[in-house]
Amino acid sequence: MTDQVEEVSLQANAELQKITSIEELESWRVHYLGRKSKLIGILRSLGNVPIDERRDLGARANQVKSSLEELYQARKEKIELSKHESLQRDKIDVTLPGQPYQLGRLHLTTRTIREICDIFAGMGFKVVEGPEVEWEYYNFEALNMPAEHPARDGFATLWVDYVSPDGGRPMLMRTHTSPVQIRTMEKEKPPIRVVAPGRVYRYEATDATHEWMFSQVEGLAVDRNITMADLKGTLFEFARRLFGQDRKCRFRCDYFPFVEPGVEVAIDCFMCGGKGCRLCSNSGWIEILGAGMVHPEVLRGCNIDPDVYSGFAFGMGVERIPILRYGIDDIRLFYGNDLRFLKQF
Amino acid sequence: MKVPLKWLKDYVDIDIPVDELARKLTLAGLEVSDIQVIGGSWDKVIVGQILAVNPHPNADRLRLATVDLGSRQITVVCGAPNLVVKDKIAFALVGARLIDGHTGKVEELKPAKIRGVVSEGMICAEKELGLSNNYEGILVLPQDYEIGRPLADYLGETVLDIDITPNRADCLSVMGIAREVAAITGHPFRMPDLAYEEGSKDVESYASVQIKDAELCPRYCATVIDGITIKPSPQWMQDRLAACGARPINNIVDVTNYVMLEFGQPLHSFDYRDIRGNTIIVRRAADGEVMYTLDEVERKLSSDILLIADAERAVAVAGIMGGLSSEVRDSTTTILLESANFSQAAIHRGSQQLKLSSEASARFEKGLNPELAMMAVKRATQLMAQLGGGKVARGIIDAYPGKKERKAIPVSEAEVKRILGMDIDGGKIKKSLESLGLQCKKGGKRTVLVEAPWWRNDINIPVDLVEEVARATGYENIPESVLSSALPIGESIPAVAFRRNLQDIMVGCGFQEIITYPLTSLEVLGRLSATSSVQAAEPLKMANAMSSELEYLRTSLRAGVLSTLARNQRSRENNIRLFEIAKVFIPRTKDLPVENEILCGLVDSVVPDIYWQQKSVPADFYFVKGVVETVLARLGVEAEYLPGNDATLNPAKCADVMSGSVKIGVIGEVHPAVLRQFDISETAFLFELDVDRLLKISSKPLVYKAVSRYPGTTRDIAVLLDADVEYRKIVEIVKSFNLVSDLQLFDLYVGEQVPPGKKSVAFRLTYQAVDRTLKDEEVDKVQKRILERLSKELGAVLR
Repeated sequence: MTDQVEEVSLQANAELQKITSIEELESWRVHYLGRKSKLIGILRSLGNVPIDERRDLGARANQVKSSLEELYQARKEKIELSKHESLQRDKIDVTLPGQPYQLGRLHLTTRTIREICDIFAGMGFKVVEGPEVEWEYYNFEALNMPAEHPARDGFATLWVDYVSPDGGRPMLMRTHTSPVQIRTMEKEKPPIRVVAPGRVYRYEATDATHEWMFSQVEGLAVDRNITMADLKGTLFEFARRLFGQDRKCRFRCDYFPFVEPGVEVAIDCFMCGGKGCRLCSNSGWIEILGAGMVHPEVLRGCNIDPDVYSGFAFGMGVERIPILRYGIDDIRLFYGNDLRFLKQF
Repeated sequence: MKVPLKWLKDYVDIDIPVDELARKLTLAGLEVSDIQVIGGSWDKVIVGQILAVNPHPNADRLRLATVDLGSRQITVVCGAPNLVVKDKIAFALVGARLIDGHTGKVEELKPAKIRGVVSEGMICAEKELGLSNNYEGILVLPQDYEIGRPLADYLGETVLDIDITPNRADCLSVMGIAREVAAITGHPFRMPDLAYEEGSKDVESYASVQIKDAELCPRYCATVIDGITIKPSPQWMQDRLAACGARPINNIVDVTNYVMLEFGQPLHSFDYRDIRGNTIIVRRAADGEVMYTLDEVERKLSSDILLIADAERAVAVAGIMGGLSSEVRDSTTTILLESANFSQAAIHRGSQQLKLSSEASARFEKGLNPELAMMAVKRATQLMAQLGGGKVARGIIDAYPGKKERKAIPVSEAEVKRILGMDIDGGKIKKSLESLGLQCKKGGKRTVLVEAPWWRNDINIPVDLVEEVARATGYENIPESVLSSALPIGESIPAVAFRRNLQDIMVGCGFQEIITYPLTSLEVLGRLSATSSVQAAEPLKMANAMSSELEYLRTSLRAGVLSTLARNQRSRENNIRLFEIAKVFIPRTKDLPVENEILCGLVDSVVPDIYWQQKSVPADFYFVKGVVETVLARLGVEAEYLPGNDATLNPAKCADVMSGSVKIGVIGEVHPAVLRQFDISETAFLFELDVDRLLKISSKPLVYKAVSRYPGTTRDIAVLLDADVEYRKIVEIVKSFNLVSDLQLFDLYVGEQVPPGKKSVAFRLTYQAVDRTLKDEEVDKVQKRILERLSKELGAVLR
């Protein structure tokens, strides 16, 4: 038996020297170290060997086995290494251009609206929408702006040439997203927490800072005990998430007929840090949105009792945000759809 | 509203820096948009007096002026034509910063030698001081200016430009701003003295006033001043008017403007001679009535317009503009002064109808309180008598049919807390409201009863008072809190997430999103049709279109997308893939239009980016179809593509996208005639999907299908068919066999290798069963049956 072990050892060693491929090596392993191999057979049958021979034979067979295993590993590594060496023959020029992949992009406005809505979604606001062509009632009356209200002059309106069968009901291109507030309150009961993005229209001559079509995001929260402190907390948090956690925010008195009290929210100018520059017209502050507590008349008009419920509403221009962020100097670029502009974002 | 600081100080003391004042006003709702400093750079400009004017020895056009500066005399060269001995002038010392009369740039004054004469200093023109554009001659100062004093002491001014919100008509006046400043700074507000001396003749003997419509004219006050001399108003008044942007005219007109700026009450002065029948009648115009306004324009009136008339004719458009026939002129000696209150709606309507607005109408439109009229008429009468030297008739005409009592408004601690979210006790509420001039009484437990002062038309309900409390407390002191109320039930409307998904799929397919205008013209919409057939329904039209290009609401997105392609081809963009998801507007007779959301995509056929490893292939019909297939696959919508017919598309290369019997979109090559209309040079491919319909179809719940654990077998088949047999017929037959799990076309050949009129179609079939591994014989049997049917039904011959 001992001789057999030595013979296997010699034979295996000799054969291994000639092996150059993984396949050959594998059959070598099966032959000499596999379950049916001679060596393993010997090891398995050690029980039958007389006790005095068993020890030496066992020791030697195990020694040969582990030596063959080591040789196998070493050989395997060597073969693999030599294979990798051959890879060098197929060396490529990594500086050649890659395969072009046509990249699509969202419009800058879409991206910004998503960003705004996502922040509010994170605060429990759901997204709703309303029609772009509206009744005068939803655009003005229901928002506490009856005919001849002086604030209407702030909304240069595009009227639709339409006469309803009953002779009334003037139709218009909505001048703001605020009508969605009314439509939401007519449909749903408090608690209400919605944001409404969309396109709005004004009768306006266009120039670098004026466009007759633009986008707004409207917000509305109505429930018992919603306060101006909630409005401040919500909008300041929004402003920090959008413009950075270290932005300072400012709340100041402003007027919109559909809220009372009304506020304007500004952030400290990120260009000059509040010292005053061209971007902030030397004020140190940049207005980003208008807001306030929903006017009791507006709530009442939607059959929500203003003595029981209160709420806040806000609205912001969407284009203004990228204009500020990227220093875009002409608002007409947004809907001029020059790809050389759109592809930058 | 422009507010000169010196004027403001007539009514309230200001002891904080102007920047701080501006900040506080802004936070309180009166946004200071600009602070203009007149004379901020005049530190080396002083008052001087011309002592002598002599010719320049070397120049005909120049003269030598000797000027007394108080501490010394100096002789300088001057080219102005209006040098007069004894005139007081503005003298700039060397080092003064002046505006160069020619370049308009600020320059520092240096000593100069002009034609051989040394000149150290300069007599200034208005332009050089930045007062106006006048560079014709030097600025002549009033004689009472003290020689040697800095010019800024007299003419220097700081003007705040304040944006007034529409609810605060009371702040369209220096006095209104002064009240706010008083409240902010805690200093008392000073009302000017309104007393004047009256003559013996009763005002009633001069004129009477009739108001025909008390709703439109709640109050009309008038006085008469006799024996007036029309002349320029004094310098101080002219300066203040100019600082506020009003042009000085004469003492009477200037007083009406001055008092309007001071009190916020528009006034009008009539030449009493022209008031026929000595009667003022406030009435609606008759339809078609005509008059000339002060701007010498003939105005056609309607019954919506409120008039001031005399016994015979219109003499003014109430609250908007005076009439030419009763204008105050140099020969005027007796003035009838009007200080009235008109309804805001009436003035707004009138101003819009006449397309005429004025400082007066701007104030009336925002709503003034009738109480103001009496104070203003007194002030203006006082100033006119003082500046015009006339005698005031005894008494004041006061027709006041519209007097309203104002109710006290309650505001409780609880309400303040409910709205503002902060605890403010009753005492503090009272104190803060009183600082704004509101009178407060105790009104029960923890409640303050407030009487709003007459000038605050905007305070009517408790929440208005809550705002005042917030203003007085400071908006910056309101705490920040997190919404703690219950989360609303329900989720965002499905259209939002659906659109987002669609946009993302399109971006993934390499398309750029665009957003185009929804207004267009019939002409542009018409270009979408290759034939000249008329559109089915007339689109909605704007009643006041901004231009003929933006007159109609689009009924299709195609025009916007095609125009965008054309524009970008001109700027040499290549390989353009565009999409827009937006609404088209379908008119309805009894309701708002249907706003139908559409996805429209467009690709050009320019060879895409060059790539060195393989040849780039331009887009074609099948490229766009692939995009549509991808979109629909991602949405889980099964569709069929049938030969279609669409006026925008080439009829030979056009497909309807069908979901069952519902058409959900189209795909096709843009018709060459349409391309030409849009000035597009190369072929383009377009598709359109109805997003609203897709949303309905794709919202069917998804059901899991078991994945087969048994391997599939593939077989390739090539058949010869008549060239006009549609591929979908093959698909229909093949797919009707349950064991076929997939069918892929890998070759389509027409040419020399096949007989004319025939095509070779090669495809790979995958056979697979869910419950077992298929045996070859089984597959062979099915394949044989497939071939039989292809042969029988389509005339296919195995190749």
